[in-house]
Formats: sequence, structure tokens, C-alpha cells
Amino acid sequence: MSSRREAYARKLDLARGCVEIGHGGGGRAMAQLIEELFLAAFDNDWLRAQDDCARLTVPTGRLVMATDSHVVSPLFFPGGDIGCLSVHGTLNDVAMAGARPLYLAAGFILEEGFPLADLKRIVESMARAARDAEVPIVTGDTKVVERGKGDGVFITTTGIGVIPAGVDISANRARPGDAVLLSGSLGEHGMAVLAQRENLSFDAPIESDSAALHGLVATMVTAVPDIHCLRDPTRGGLSSALNEIARQSGVGMRLREAAIPVKEPVRALCEFLGLDPLYVANEGKLLAICPAEAADTLLAAMRAHPLGREATLIGEVVADPHGFVEMETVFGGRRLVDWLSGEQLPRIC
Amino acid sequence: MKYLDEFRDGRLAQGLAARIRREIEPDRRYALMEFCGGHTHAICRYGIEDLLPAEVRLIHGPGCPVCVLPSGRLQAAIDLVERERVILCSYGDLLRVPGAQGDTLLKAKARGADVRMVYSVSDALEIARAQPDRSVVFFAIGFETTTPPTAVVLRQARREELGNFSVYCNHVLTPPALRALLATDFSSPHQEAATRGAGVVNGFIGPAHVSTIIGTRAYEFVATEYRRPLVIAGFEPLDVLQSILMLVRQLNAGEVRVENEYTRAVGAEGNRKAQQLMEEVFEIRPSFEWRGLGELPNSALAIRPEFADWDAERRFAVPAIQASDHKACACGEVLRGVKRPEECKVFATACTPDHPLGSCMVSAEGACAAHYHYGRFRQAVAS
Repeated sequence: MSSRREAYARKLDLARGCVEIGHGGGGRAMAQLIEELFLAAFDNDWLRAQDDCARLTVPTGRLVMATDSHVVSPLFFPGGDIGCLSVHGTLNDVAMAGARPLYLAAGFILEEGFPLADLKRIVESMARAARDAEVPIVTGDTKVVERGKGDGVFITTTGIGVIPAGVDISANRARPGDAVLLSGSLGEHGMAVLAQRENLSFDAPIESDSAALHGLVATMVTAVPDIHCLRDPTRGGLSSALNEIARQSGVGMRLREAAIPVKEPVRALCEFLGLDPLYVANEGKLLAICPAEAADTLLAAMRAHPLGREATLIGEVVADPHGFVEMETVFGGRRLVDWLSGEQLPRIC
Repeated sequence: MKYLDEFRDGRLAQGLAARIRREIEPDRRYALMEFCGGHTHAICRYGIEDLLPAEVRLIHGPGCPVCVLPSGRLQAAIDLVERERVILCSYGDLLRVPGAQGDTLLKAKARGADVRMVYSVSDALEIARAQPDRSVVFFAIGFETTTPPTAVVLRQARREELGNFSVYCNHVLTPPALRALLATDFSSPHQEAATRGAGVVNGFIGPAHVSTIIGTRAYEFVATEYRRPLVIAGFEPLDVLQSILMLVRQLNAGEVRVENEYTRAVGAEGNRKAQQLMEEVFEIRPSFEWRGLGELPNSALAIRPEFADWDAERRFAVPAIQASDHKACACGEVLRGVKRPEECKVFATACTPDHPLGSCMVSAEGACAAHYHYGRFRQAVAS
């Protein structure tokens, strides 16, 4: 790699330079961008081979594959950026099948004029997230679109993983009587991004909860191999995740509002804007549905892991032909926790 | 959370509900209209109806600013942004409200119009400052609560001589709408049996935020002229339960008064400074159309001639569009309390939050949207 890099007349100006159309053109400029930025950050044997694909050794068993595109605005927010988010998001999609993630692929769509310094920050954040997760980024792609035709950076990541023997986790396996568990408090990612986007500053800043959850999942499936469903409540929040599971499994849910953790700064900002934390995005939380008799064991396993310390039992699965997700309010009344319609919009007065 | 958790205490709520149940006279009916969409939202979101005895029935009123905007005014805004190529700024909910033939500002945005959601009118002013080569129009709606901020920004725009900023004013006034509801004569036994209009409303839960501006005195006519008790209530669920208890007590005692439950924010005279601001910048329109209530005299505000340069209706000759609502849509009757949302024949079928036919299904404070999102299971059980 180093001998190739010396072939370039001048090094990339990663402090003051910006993305140019040529960086996606397939020529020397693109090769330089890949070598001096992506290869340097993600460095591993698969990438060093510099083929258009990665040759992978995989264990026997069922493979899981997931892909996710990341278009977050702003690109940098308290607690994270699009780089680490693009790693965590896809690792979590793989992990929600109970799988151990093995490899990642990354595709970049860059906008002409985007500062290379910002791109470097993003790539280094991705590299750090992948290293921490012990999942290498083994292949990738880069395209450049003209100025005005992108939003700085779009990143698509694809992950594959393998499901341990005896694990069968799917959104169609929730059964009446099952317990519904949540790994921690809601809404931190969505409100951190919104606060940053709208320049809302508060005494207690909200940080994104962006995190890779496969370690927590590994702990959970070891403790309770018969987990029925796992889901990370990302866009659409807890409500969408539960409604998806209810629909796929043909069941209803009963939640207890008092058991659902929401941190004070998130609650305050949601109040301020008239938003419901149940609908706000998370990037480091998961929902688990398991047989009632395994709930205590699973809860204990979750709480023993750093990412599940605040895990709680938030409700149960019920038989309901309508597939309603209902909630007992803190008042003792009942309400529906419905699908999100369009976007959550701030109220007028 | 300080000043919020105190008003969402489940045990206090159970205590209040028990007191309401104890004080109910079994042979009496208590039909109470919450005038404000914020109350409708709180009632549905916290499941307050589940705590109340059968004798107490809550009826939703016309107090959602998005819901009462006639579709013609909305369509005029869509025409304005597409024809004049302005930047049209508005609060979030408005973007999804259907105008004529179901068109919306969001659809106009998708077609290429520059429609932007803002959190406050000052954000729109900021856009105008930042883009002096573009004309920026703020689509102002709301009751007395959102009017003073619009006035502040109009004064600011005039002070800065900001030539590229204007306001499409749709601010409306609460008391005339309440008066229109009360003036509806549903008092004959025949009509009372056939309808559930305002005439059979026994008492009113009065607006929260609006009252911080106009004060309790603005509602005296409800008690003196129309002989109905009214309790100004905050938007927190305990406020609503407390105000129901206060209304029950008034009705049991045969009293007819304006009471103030929301004393932590509302006084008799309201906010004088805000009132002066409104007076300086706005004048009363002789007549204004409300969705569901029709043309109501002296019920809305227009921008005074002194601020004409910042009045979008003068600057762009915004057309007066008469657009009728979808034929099957019962928003008008829902807004008057004549129909419950689930009694509209398109509720939760042709009309849903994803494909709203009427405005009541759009705003979080709309009665239909609140019922759909929070209470639809009751309808399912009933059917």
C-alpha cells in the first residue's frame, strides 16, 4: 500500500481540500482517495488486496445479511456522526436476528465540494466503530455526485453475520403471554439530532445513544436461547417497532406507561416541542419479546451488560385480532400506541 | 420534571376521579365541552374518559386552529407559493391539511414549491434576513396564543424595513367562536333528542394558553348571557380532571360562573402587553369563515394598514377561494360537537391520518386524529 501511495505527486490535502468529481471517476484521483483515506482508516487484509470484492471465510450455519442507507442531517451531532451511525445501524440489524456480525461493506455517495476534513472525521469514526465492534469493513464503493445533487455524504453499509445454533428470532414469533422487555431509555438519538438540526440548546445537552448492540444480544441469547423477537426501535421509535411485531405476529400488546424509561432532558425537549418520546428514534436500544417464564432470566442478563443496565419489563403480548398496541397510562386510563403517521410534527400552540 | 410531574401524578388522578364519582348525582347528566384541542389531546392521550363515570360525557369543541381553517384559505396559500415562487413558512401540522381536491402544502412541496416548516414565526423572519433575494411569506394561524409573536415579528420587520417578508394572516379569536356555538338553538326537546349540539352542553372547559392572553373576564358572557358554567383549565391531565370536578360542583349547586382552575398562568385581565401588541398590529375582520362554523362576524384578525407592506394578502392579492370540504367529511359537525369522530362515516376508513379527507384528522389536536391515534380500540370493541 505504501509503495503505491508514493506514486502520487502530492498527498491529499485532508485539512483544506474538498471532494472533487474526479474522486469518483475511477481514475488516479479515486485510487488516491481510497488509499489515503479509506484504506488508511479501515486497514485490513481484505481491503489491502484491493479487489472489487472480498473473499470471506464464513462458519457453517445460517447467514444473516442486512443493508441500511444513512442520510442523517446534520452529519455530526452530540454523541455521534453519520460514520459511527452507519456501522452501528447495520450491525444492529444483523444482531436483531440473534446473529454474530462478521463483516461489513460500505458504499459512499459524496457530494462535490464536501470538505475532505469532514470526510476524514466521518471515516475515522466509522473505522473506530468497526474496530470497537470487532467487525471489519472488507469492501466498499465510492461515487461522487455534482454539487447540489447530494447532501454532503450518504453512506450505505451492508453486514453479514451468522446465527448461533438453536436461535430462532423473528418478528412473527410473538405469542400471547410473552413478556416485552426494553433495554433502556427512549428518544436520545432522535432528540439529539433534532436539537442539533434546529439549534436548540439546553442546560442538559442530549447525546445520541448510537451503539452496536451485538454484544448485548450475544449475552441475551446465551442466557435465553428461545428469545422470540428482537427489534431495535430506530425510525418511528418504540411504537413503530411494536406495531410491526404485532402485525407480523398477529397479536396485540399491553404496555405500562410508568415502566417505560425516558430521561429527563428528552422528556423536557419532547414536551417543549409537543412530541411523543414513544415515536422518537433510538440507535442503541432494543426490544425483546420472550416467553413469560424466561423474562426474569433475560432481564437479569440484560442488566448485567453495560448497554442493558436500565432494561425493564414494559408489558406483555396479548391475543387481539385488531393487532392494537395499547398502553395503561400513568393515570390508569387506556390509550392506543398507534403507528406513526407521516412525520411527527411539532404542535402549534 | 418540575411543574409537570406534579400535574401527571397517577395517584392524585385516581383521587380526583373518585371524588368526581362520589359527587355525581345519578339522575343528572354532565355533558361538558372542552373547547381547546390541547384538552382533547390530553383527554385522549391519558385515557381520562376511562376514569370518569358514565354520567359525565366529554364533547370535543372547535378549539384546534388547524381544524378550523377553511380549505379555501389553505388552497389560497398553495396557489400563492406555486404562483409567486415565494418561500412559504408555516407550522408543521398545516403542511398536511387538505385544501381543495385534497391538495396539501406537502404535495406542493413535492411538486417543487419552496414550503418550509418552522418552529416559530421568528424563524421565518430569520430566513427572510438570510435570503434577501427571495420573498418569504409566513402562513400565520392560531388563536390568541400565537398572535402576539406574529405581532412582534411584524413590528420587527417594519423596524428593519425588511422588504422581502410578509405574513398571510389567518389568526382567529376564541370568544366569537364560543358565542357562535352557544347561539345555536338546540334547546327544543325534539332537537335535543335528535342532536348533541352545543345547546345540550351543560358546561365548558375553557382554553388554557389562550386565556393567559385574554384573561378570564373575556368569557363572562358564557355565564351571564348563556347561563353555562365555564372553568378555565390547564392542559395537564390533572388540570382537566380538576376542572371537571369544578364543573360538576357548579352544576350540582345550580351555579353558573366562570371559574379559573389555571390560576398559575391565567388572571382576570390576561396579558395586557400582549393585548396591546395585538391591538397595535391587527384589526378585526368584519367576517371570517371557520371550517364547521361558517362565516362568523368579528371573529378573526387582519393586519392593520400601517403594516400593509408586510401583509401578504395586500402584496400578492391572495385570491378568496371558496372551496367546499369533501362531501362525506363530517369535520364541521365534529367541530360543533354535534357528532363524535367515530360517527363520521369515513372515520378510520376513507379518512385516516395517512390519507386525511378533513382537517380534524390532521392535527394532533384534532378530535378525529386524537380518537384515531389514542382511542380507536374503543370503537373496535363496540363493533
